[in-house]
Amino acid sequence: MQFTGSSLLIELLKRQGIRIVAGIPGGANLPLYDALGQSDLRHILVRHEQAGGFLAQGMARSTGSAAACLATSGPGAVNLLTAIADAKLDSVPVVAVTGQVPSGLIGTDAFQEVDTYGMSIPVTKHNFLVRSAPELLEVVPEAFRLALSGRQGPVLIDMPKDVQQARVEVDSLPQPGAADSGPDADGAVLASMARLIASSERPVLYVGGGVIASNAEEEVRALSAACGIPVVCTLMGLGIMAPDDPLSLGMLGMHGSRATNVAVDRADLLIALGVRFDDRATGSVAGFAPRAKVIHLDIDEAEIGKIRRPEISAGCDIKRALRRLNRMVAKAGRAGWRAETGALRAEHPFSVPLVESHPGLLVQRLAALTPENAIVTVDVGQHQMWAAQWWPVRRTRTFLTSGGLGTMGFSVPAAMGAALANPGTPVIVLTGDGSLLINIQELATIAENNLDIKICVFNNGHLGLVRQQQELFYGERYVASRFEARPDFAAIARGFGIPGCTIGIQHDEEALRRALSIKGPVLLDIAVPEMENVYPMVPPGKSNVEAIWSHRSTG
Amino acid sequence: MNPEHSNEGANGDRRDGEQTNGLPNTIVKLMVRNHPGAMSHITGLFSRRGFNLEGILCAPVDGGADSAMYLVVRNDERLEQIVKQLRKLYDVKSVVVQDDLDHTVFNRIEELLSEA
Repeated sequence: MQFTGSSLLIELLKRQGIRIVAGIPGGANLPLYDALGQSDLRHILVRHEQAGGFLAQGMARSTGSAAACLATSGPGAVNLLTAIADAKLDSVPVVAVTGQVPSGLIGTDAFQEVDTYGMSIPVTKHNFLVRSAPELLEVVPEAFRLALSGRQGPVLIDMPKDVQQARVEVDSLPQPGAADSGPDADGAVLASMARLIASSERPVLYVGGGVIASNAEEEVRALSAACGIPVVCTLMGLGIMAPDDPLSLGMLGMHGSRATNVAVDRADLLIALGVRFDDRATGSVAGFAPRAKVIHLDIDEAEIGKIRRPEISAGCDIKRALRRLNRMVAKAGRAGWRAETGALRAEHPFSVPLVESHPGLLVQRLAALTPENAIVTVDVGQHQMWAAQWWPVRRTRTFLTSGGLGTMGFSVPAAMGAALANPGTPVIVLTGDGSLLINIQELATIAENNLDIKICVFNNGHLGLVRQQQELFYGERYVASRFEARPDFAAIARGFGIPGCTIGIQHDEEALRRALSIKGPVLLDIAVPEMENVYPMVPPGKSNVEAIWSHRSTG
Repeated sequence: MNPEHSNEGANGDRRDGEQTNGLPNTIVKLMVRNHPGAMSHITGLFSRRGFNLEGILCAPVDGGADSAMYLVVRNDERLEQIVKQLRKLYDVKSVVVQDDLDHTVFNRIEELLSEA
């Protein structure tokens, strides 16, 4: 078979199951786009490479399959890096292919040359600089295998222009790269875990994104139900437990409810599954679950003992380990502990929003107006935390958020990926007026592809979470957190060809319903109180039970 | 050197190793795929994660297919994490903490490489 480097790359992407690829063409990837144009791959022309990376993330996070994106050399590659770094911190399988200046010009400061390979080392799981077209036969399947295996993550393939243009004769195409099965936990270790669980009186399951990556939510629910163990989720773990499950204690950490954080504080055993003891989840590490022994399961051996030394641990596939563990554990009701955590929940709901305009109520109102099977993407800031507190996340892979890197600008392009990869599934965006502006150019991509996305802007005219911290921890000295210019986002949306509505601060339900029932994409610019804070909030360096609960009370 | 003397644990008994800020050093030996980016991946890991790296010795072995690398690192509580993170690197084929070596290996380059 005759290929060019470019047509071979496209063929290998297709064999990996890639049907949609996002990107922007430029000088150093024109041969690749020429081959793309002659294939049946669907290309989504984004308006900023970062959005191409987030679009791929939206596909990968919502489906669990690897997704791909393209960028040219120099500025294209550098623009992409934010989305790649984001995928690294949240362990999202994305394969990025960047054009590079011709091999002979590498190192000469050629036009649009940067050291993409060097720059991407610390933000990728692995990267490749392809030196000849035949290398693609190994590199592309290997890139997908790496992205999907073990702890998932982004892989970058940098491809000089001459490699794209080179002619290559191929006898046979390689098998597509697939996920390795991952290591199994030792049976004796699992048995001692089962004994530790049986001897514990106040166990808590602490679950995160690794459970979702391993598709182990059913096994977690089964363990919780069989042993009467309450479950706390990280931000990345929302959806593992149904919010109305009596054993679900919601999100822990910096903005978790008092009930959740106190339950962890009182626990005598913490069963940590697919979590990395992130500082936003633990607060002060010394004060985190101080009475608890720790069981830690994670596919990434390096996470075990990185922050907290566990009593028992295994670097293993969580789903298979839990299936075996669930057969070993002794069934238990733990009525006393359940009653205690239930009472905590009843005593300490999230700070009760007294005013009709509270953004938490807006989140609930939007959720009630959105079909249950919807995928919600959120941005970063106050609205993200209100969404995490108040949006009922019923299933995994339906609440997409930038957890680790906390990248403002995530929600809109991630929603485009979710919409493309899940045709027929409603997609709703919760964003802020700060976050929206970071990738607002993607309204053009949404209009161009008529993607059915409802964009809800929580507009408080501020970088709200920055303003909140300046209020609470910097003596109300507000610096650069208030926007003087207040764009008319509904008019901007209309300028892109998308219906736009402005919703007043009373969040009139009928107005919301009318706006959300518009067919196709729509943007709702919704006023929210400018000075509202997210509570509870754990101050920097404090333990989770030392959270500030409201404007007036502390501790 | 005798591989039986290698100690992969973080807290093996020490010989009188090099002293830096009161902490003894140890040697981590890597076998690495030999290509132009491999060294960047390894040194980048040390700078990104704030691990101390006191010295590196690197040379091709196996006719150039692989490189042997000897890293002088502090033998403190972070050594276990260094080893785990090194093991995750795609180009790193093996990681062994050589408790039986100290910085004087750098005076025996020829001898080491002939053994590697």
